[in-house]
Amino acid sequence: MTPPETTTPTGTAAPAGPGAPVFPTAAALALGDDALVLSHRLGEWAGHAPVLEEEVALANIALDLLGQARVLLSMAGDEDELAYLREERAFRNLQLVEQPNGDFAHTIARQLYFSTYQLLLHAELAAGDGPFAPLAAKAVKEIAYHRDHAEQWTVRLGDGTDVSHERMQRACTALWRFTGEMFQPVEGLGLDEKTLTAMESAWLDSVTGVLGRAGLTVPDGPRGGAWAAGAGRQGVHTEPFGRMLAEMQHLHRSHPGASW
Amino acid sequence: MATAAAHRPPGAQAHGAEDTAVIEAYTRRFDAAVAADERIEPRDWMPDAYRATLVRQIAQHAHSEIIGMQPEANWITRAPSLRRKAILMAKVQDEAGHGLYLYSAAETLGVGRDELLDKLHSGRQKYSSIFNYPTLTWADVGAIGWLVDGAAITNQVPLCRCSYGPYARAMVRVCKEESFHQRQGYELLLALSNGTPEQHAMAQDAVDRWWWPSLMMFGPPDDESQHSAQSMEWKIKRHSNDDLRQRFVDICVPQAESLGLTLPDPDLRWNEERGEHDFGTIDWTEFWEVLKGNGPCNEQRITQRRKAHEEGAWVREAAAAHAAKHTGEQTGETGATRA
Repeated sequence: MTPPETTTPTGTAAPAGPGAPVFPTAAALALGDDALVLSHRLGEWAGHAPVLEEEVALANIALDLLGQARVLLSMAGDEDELAYLREERAFRNLQLVEQPNGDFAHTIARQLYFSTYQLLLHAELAAGDGPFAPLAAKAVKEIAYHRDHAEQWTVRLGDGTDVSHERMQRACTALWRFTGEMFQPVEGLGLDEKTLTAMESAWLDSVTGVLGRAGLTVPDGPRGGAWAAGAGRQGVHTEPFGRMLAEMQHLHRSHPGASW
Repeated sequence: MATAAAHRPPGAQAHGAEDTAVIEAYTRRFDAAVAADERIEPRDWMPDAYRATLVRQIAQHAHSEIIGMQPEANWITRAPSLRRKAILMAKVQDEAGHGLYLYSAAETLGVGRDELLDKLHSGRQKYSSIFNYPTLTWADVGAIGWLVDGAAITNQVPLCRCSYGPYARAMVRVCKEESFHQRQGYELLLALSNGTPEQHAMAQDAVDRWWWPSLMMFGPPDDESQHSAQSMEWKIKRHSNDDLRQRFVDICVPQAESLGLTLPDPDLRWNEERGEHDFGTIDWTEFWEVLKGNGPCNEQRITQRRKAHEEGAWVREAAAAHAAKHTGEQTGETGATRA
């Protein structure tokens, strides 16, 4: 089975005929891969969570994201071919979402950064009339819960004990450099420079507010930079991502053409 | 654990001979309620031994749900399609949810979750031995759904009529979800059985490995079952181990035929006279060995559970500390803690 055309970062699929609308495949892949990869990471927590309620909550978020991923990847092609048969360099997710779970604080920091971004993005998409509007309108409700969950835990851990404060601070700082990528333009998403700038500023306000309530310091390191931390959208990923995909794709690839 | 005296209705303070008479009166009332198929509720008086039996059984059931997450979670990151991945994640999440209902049901008997988890981690309470077998291939996810959840349902449906109200009500919800899982497991195996030769072989191998341990899930034969008689009398248990096991075998045989898979028992055949299937002898030595801790995964399962608990301690401590500060702010008190 050969990977479909859509696995190459062409930006848009070829029109079906003269005058047919150009479908934003690259954008569907970018958002779909974000959801797919973060869902996978959260799924790794199953059976390892610090408290039973979090087994339920983390699985819930993972399931919401997997549902979003399936809709988005299906907009771009066959969901399973896209998930299981692309090579690492063909994935378009943010580097942030592929970062390993680390301790619970890292998982929460990653979720806070991503859900805050995803909520702003989907609110924007839901308000428009583009191809992502229906999905975004539904997803916004789910994401609001994810963000709320991450915010509550950020505050609990930041405020709780010296140990939890230190761990939460370390996690927020470690992941900070992956957050600039979220506001780079994505082809076919229909968000102009001005909108992206406004989203970024709203993201900073929101995250600064949460960290403040948690008694944490807003990291002062770069949020992108010369070596381009955050080039996931261009298919450049971090080392742990290849291992994640190896595990995720192994069984599917071992039985070419099989149905499950 | 709370004592019977702590659960006596107000005004029932009694001592000595008078105490004995009062206890006898309550016992008669309790026995009559059970005999009349009425539900015993948390605030009702109940014999200490009844309470202890329920705590033991509900705790073991709750522990089985959370340990049972492990063999299946083992395949979440390798699920071969996104649809199967979503189904599996939802299933493992349901098991965590069942754990929550059941620990809550145990709490109504005066035992907290922390205390029960501590007993699990220190080996003083058990979980179902079935989860001490490994999930070696993807087909094991299907075999667990079809056979293990199938056996669990056969065991648990009668518990929906258990004499203790909170447990019975929790089981109604658990059974609905379990029966969904059982159908999903069957459907997973059907796809494999009808798939490529390699997939079919994978399904058959999984059924070969899970069939006998599933039959052991009903517990030892009736004449060797330690707790059965009293539990039947109290209507905690409604059918004997052997009756439930027979019911399960009779359900599975036609399902295996529909799946195109063979149950690994050469002695399995329909007995016209009895109107049920005869089946081979269960290897009870294996059962007792696994129960004693010598199964393939006993050590691995409990080690992972302890590790998750220990590594999560700082998170739970932080949540408690934050809640305590918050409570202090609201009420002007300090030092309140949350277990």
